[in-house]
Amino acid sequence: MSSKIEYTKQPIPANWTKIGMILTVLGLALVGASFAMDSTRATFNSILGMMFIISIGLGALFTIGIEYLAGAVWSTPYRRVAEILASVVLIVPIFAIPGLIKMHDVFHWSHAEALQDAILKNKSAYLNTTFFIVRMVAVFIIWIVFYFIFTKNSEKQDITKDQKLTKRNIKFSALFMPLFAISLTIMAVDWMMSLEPHWFSTIYGVYYFAGTFLTGLSFITIIAISLNERGLLVKGLGEDHYYSLGAMMFAFVNFWAYIAFSQYLLIWYANLPEETYWFINRYEGSWAYVSYGLVFVHFVIPYIILLPQPAKKDPKRLKLAAFILIFAHIYDLYWLIMPTYTKQHGIEGMVFSFYEIAFPVLIIGVVMVWFGIMSKNKNLVPIGDPKLQQAIDFHL
Amino acid sequence: MSKNLFAVAGLFNTPDEIIKASKAVNKQYKKFDVNTPYPVHGMDSAMGLKSSKLGYFALAFGLTGMLIALSLMTWVTTKEYPLVIGGKPFFSLPAFIPITFELTVLLASIGTVLSMIFIFFKLPNNSHPIHDTNYMKSVSNDKYGIYVLAEDDNFDAEKVKALFASLGAADISEILYNEDDLEEDVQVYQHFKIFDKKFVVGLLSIVVVVSGLAYYMLNKLFYMAPYNWMMTQSKVIPQAPVSDNFADGFPMRNPVEGTVAKGFMPYEYKGKPEEAEKNLINPSEVTPENLALGKIKFDIYCSPCHGYFGKGDSRLNGQFPNPPSLHSEKARNFKDGRIFHIITDGQNNVMPGYYKQLSRDDRWAVVNYVRVLQRSLNAKEEDLK
Repeated sequence: MSSKIEYTKQPIPANWTKIGMILTVLGLALVGASFAMDSTRATFNSILGMMFIISIGLGALFTIGIEYLAGAVWSTPYRRVAEILASVVLIVPIFAIPGLIKMHDVFHWSHAEALQDAILKNKSAYLNTTFFIVRMVAVFIIWIVFYFIFTKNSEKQDITKDQKLTKRNIKFSALFMPLFAISLTIMAVDWMMSLEPHWFSTIYGVYYFAGTFLTGLSFITIIAISLNERGLLVKGLGEDHYYSLGAMMFAFVNFWAYIAFSQYLLIWYANLPEETYWFINRYEGSWAYVSYGLVFVHFVIPYIILLPQPAKKDPKRLKLAAFILIFAHIYDLYWLIMPTYTKQHGIEGMVFSFYEIAFPVLIIGVVMVWFGIMSKNKNLVPIGDPKLQQAIDFHL
Repeated sequence: MSKNLFAVAGLFNTPDEIIKASKAVNKQYKKFDVNTPYPVHGMDSAMGLKSSKLGYFALAFGLTGMLIALSLMTWVTTKEYPLVIGGKPFFSLPAFIPITFELTVLLASIGTVLSMIFIFFKLPNNSHPIHDTNYMKSVSNDKYGIYVLAEDDNFDAEKVKALFASLGAADISEILYNEDDLEEDVQVYQHFKIFDKKFVVGLLSIVVVVSGLAYYMLNKLFYMAPYNWMMTQSKVIPQAPVSDNFADGFPMRNPVEGTVAKGFMPYEYKGKPEEAEKNLINPSEVTPENLALGKIKFDIYCSPCHGYFGKGDSRLNGQFPNPPSLHSEKARNFKDGRIFHIITDGQNNVMPGYYKQLSRDDRWAVVNYVRVLQRSLNAKEEDLK
């Protein structure tokens, strides 16, 4: 089947940027209010926000890398969406600022007297402020460099249609994968696990990665399907091409459940007090309902929605599942981070008010605006990619 | 034997052609099927197939497996054979989840395959007129085939052939069947039955040969004796007159004179209480742990006759002569070595030696404890300060 690729560049819907602006302003107001009222709680939420925006950007960047590395064809029409979405790694460092400024309020290993604690003293070779910042900067540089490498090569291919650019990106993606695994683990360990520096779980990085990839995939799913429904992507994309997005989401819903349950089962079975208290904190008072809720929001509900084969082709159900999964990731981060806050401040049970909404609202708004800015001068489909025709011809 | 027309079949060379052909056939006919050497993408929609019902079987079997695993484990661990494992409650769901998952997946996959074979392929009747035709040989090799059944309402052999020809078929053939093979009650073409005598005999003979070969190989050819050196080692068998280990017929040699057994110290003052009192020095250090040990041993071995406080108030109700009090002047003036000797060797043919029950260290601990008891009733001036 040799039809020609029919694509004309059209701007993305104008109301996306408009909604994004409203959410950004609303989010900024909420963030400002929360810092003015309770800066410690706001800082904990800024970490939640930062990990959420990392999930969006890195999930997208990982999708690009894995497509090149695995030679995947199904995702090629959506790759430019992923590339534009991955550009949020450029604004990720902004969200690290509150956490760095108010570091002593959230990371108690950063206090000088933490060295009197024998465990923290032994960990201080890794957990100290200087090395923490060095790691963070290195990780940001890695992400931004690889973002530029992937997108520059890919955008150049739109014009030159040079197949060597694909090969070059394949090599870079092979280099990127181990760096991605290490850097994402470092960020998860540094910014979330070290909130409770006595506790440790070796599966923590993988656990965060599972949520990261799901979030990136959910954003790509929502954006790509919405664009395609308006005819802004290449002609010929339809249900058969949505199927792989749904299948991938379904697979990673199970992957997340597998990792989360492995972590829980091992700690529960071994029953060592230095490990179990982390789960006990999340089981005390009203936190127990949050913990039970996580199982449903992050696993049972998306699993049931995505289980039937027709659901993976139905744009409505796919978008619903994607929205639930984005919410589930925010919920997951809330469950990971906020019990530490309540425990440290002697609050019984869970807390929830506008503090916890502020950052997710701001970030979704910022990502929408940023997507509009970054997509302005770019094609929404990698029209020079040699795999694109094969991807469009795909049928179930 | 009369042959009837079963279907008209066409062969195509490329997957694109077969998709085009099945789209065209789907417009006019309902009863047709496509055969390809491998799954062709886009075929389902070209044939106008609805999504398979097989998934519901998988779901049902999966849920059955989940239910069986959960209820079995719950019943076993809470009712039938409750065991405390790692201090967990009898019903602990996290521990059940891996097994529940395994059984869910196992039953779902086995159930799916079996229901596919039995319900969708109608297993005991595994015969079909297209078997053993040139058409079948081609489509299982390098061609893409489509056939329209004669029982279709719009069927007309010539029209179908014309349609195939217009679509560019490489070969058009008729598929026939024997009327004798048609079963009366069901619309099934029975050319070959799975319970055919030849087939069953063949299957049984394969079973016999394979299991015989396996038995021969495992039990004769590659037989390895299990761990059995206790059976074959040299030893004296009960009731056997002599052993052939040594020339004199004994199985073992006597130890060399003066041999001391491991962990055993010979006692050189047996029957010499004065010498023991003179020469033996208490090597133990008086610590709370040592006294606690002494108390335990005293309460076990000494107190039945001597009483818990050494007053000679036996608990044996006169079944055994009561010993004298340990608080007497004489006993208090004994040196440690003398008390140790009495514990070790016994006294006056009434008290036996306790060297078998009490180790050397235990005995010294008891000596220390006896000293404590004596001191408790005859405290010195300095103890009151």
